[in-house]
Amino acid sequence: MLRFILTRVSLVIPTFLGITFLTFILIRLVPGDPIEVRVGERGISPERLAQFRHELGLDLPLWRQFLDYVWNVLHGDFGVSLITHNPVLTEFVTLFPATLELALSAMLFATLIGLPAGILAAVKRGSLFDHGVMGISLTGYSMPIFWWGLLLILFFSVALGWTPVSGRLDLLYYIEPQTGFMLIDTLMAGEYDAFRSALRHLILPTIVLGTVPLAVVARMTRSAMLEVLGEDYIRTAHAKGLSDSRVIGMHALRNALIPVVTVIGLQVGTLLGGAILTETIFSWPGIGKWLIESIGRRDYPALQGGVLLIATSVIAVNLLVDVLYGVLNPRIRHAR
Amino acid sequence: MSASQSPAAAPVSRPPHPLLEFWYHFKQNKGSLLGLAVILAITVIALFAEWLAPHDPNIQFREAILTPPVWADGGSWRFILGTDDIGRDMLSRLMYGARLSMMIGVIVVTLSLAVGLAFGMVAGFFGGMVDVLIMRVMDILLALPSMLLAVVVAAILGPGLVNAMLAVSVVVIPHYARLTRAAVLAEVNRDYVIASRVAGAGPLRLMLIVVLPNCVAPLIVQATLGFSTAILDAAALGFLGLGAQPPTPEWGTMLASSLQFLQRAPWVVTWPGVSILVTVLAFNLLGDGLRDALDPKLKR
Repeated sequence: MLRFILTRVSLVIPTFLGITFLTFILIRLVPGDPIEVRVGERGISPERLAQFRHELGLDLPLWRQFLDYVWNVLHGDFGVSLITHNPVLTEFVTLFPATLELALSAMLFATLIGLPAGILAAVKRGSLFDHGVMGISLTGYSMPIFWWGLLLILFFSVALGWTPVSGRLDLLYYIEPQTGFMLIDTLMAGEYDAFRSALRHLILPTIVLGTVPLAVVARMTRSAMLEVLGEDYIRTAHAKGLSDSRVIGMHALRNALIPVVTVIGLQVGTLLGGAILTETIFSWPGIGKWLIESIGRRDYPALQGGVLLIATSVIAVNLLVDVLYGVLNPRIRHAR
Repeated sequence: MSASQSPAAAPVSRPPHPLLEFWYHFKQNKGSLLGLAVILAITVIALFAEWLAPHDPNIQFREAILTPPVWADGGSWRFILGTDDIGRDMLSRLMYGARLSMMIGVIVVTLSLAVGLAFGMVAGFFGGMVDVLIMRVMDILLALPSMLLAVVVAAILGPGLVNAMLAVSVVVIPHYARLTRAAVLAEVNRDYVIASRVAGAGPLRLMLIVVLPNCVAPLIVQATLGFSTAILDAAALGFLGLGAQPPTPEWGTMLASSLQFLQRAPWVVTWPGVSILVTVLAFNLLGDGLRDALDPKLKR
């Protein structure tokens, strides 16, 4: 078991180094020297320029610069934002819970609706319900989510006034961040009105971000269930007189869940990528909106650090799914 | 499905032409036929936008700013889908936008398919260190969320339609590379490949003439689905201000530039979104149908 985990972890190291290299050359591809960006239009004397370059290590050979960069990253130093002058890691850690809260809630939404819909569609194969689920999920999969978000705002926020247009919480409330998760923080502070407000703010972004994963989960569940339902052991279970719900719930679903769980794990990347659009539409104060603003402000260290940190979290989640998969399914663990 | 499945029900000695057989399987799927019809219609609109569009997409009718569509109060037949905030005809802009979207699809798919195919072929054929190196790089690209990678590449290259197309192409290359490599690995040790190797065929001939035609089915499906990804992602970049710049009538850019009129004139935001959705949906439907028709495992 330990050996399996260690193998998987060691396979991730080159990928991580590659990502680090990619983000390292990223900042060098940007037109303009980092110092020129910092100095702006005021100009600078050649001596001061050389001194600055020396301070930032830009006079060293490229491979030394890269090693220094990796060294700093491994020590949690992701550079300093050009605009706020805060460490990039601090900014990331402050904003990440907002993105995570939204992503988890979207995943929950997608799973809670997608799983039953996919199962029912498979069981009632060829029915109107099946065609409906498949049609809707293909539409969801094709949806430009930035437009979908606008439509929902137009309908639910503007026309009906049910949900707020943007942000995480009404301006009426101030909640001291404890965990960074607004739903938990408001409950811990005992502010139930604020909790309701946070919940109302979460609904539309959750639907928008969850739409594509919902479509993927529903389609995947359906096809996995269809495959399993054709197996001999399902016929055996029926033959020995088990009820339909027991056959589907106990025998079929368990085996169909394995690919579905993998797909849910793989959606993490989609969720963090989709967060860029969703957070921009709803002014959700998370990583996605921060990255887009960093691009607008030409804050390249923030962009560089943010990309590396997001990629690292995606790799970490994929690794976790991989290992969990091995734990759950001994056949994979012993395969190699 | 009825029992009379076989296309060669009559006593025919020769099997039907592969294309005919493909068409037989393809037309079973009504959804993908619909997708194909929609794509053909959009292609016609894109090609003949000059003649089909009622107005020039960039002419501003100052007297007709934010005219609603023809069926709403105050609408007129002059501007069937209404006008935008500076009085440009929505329908004409959407038609020219179709041209841009189809062009984005064609260029992105061609570019990423060519590069991905080359990488995948080389990796699958030569194996060893070359394989490890190429596939590791592809894994790294895959570890980044695609939207994030596209945004970063577009931010480095600078905003603009061409750079947005490059950004989206880079993002999808790994998919083609992986698919090609897998297909090549499945074929490369077959007898017919060994036979032509023994007969003295060089690596280039083996790759392009012997093996490639047998790996083409999954690539066609992926390329069709690639159209929808390309159109969707390029529109998203346009929406974020990193893609085509105004006044280019690209659908995502149109959406972003009329955002502040969302409440007063919902149609300026509705139509570009509907256009994106319909086009992307059509390509996804077609891709699904192609997969069913081309995948021998699913053939009945």
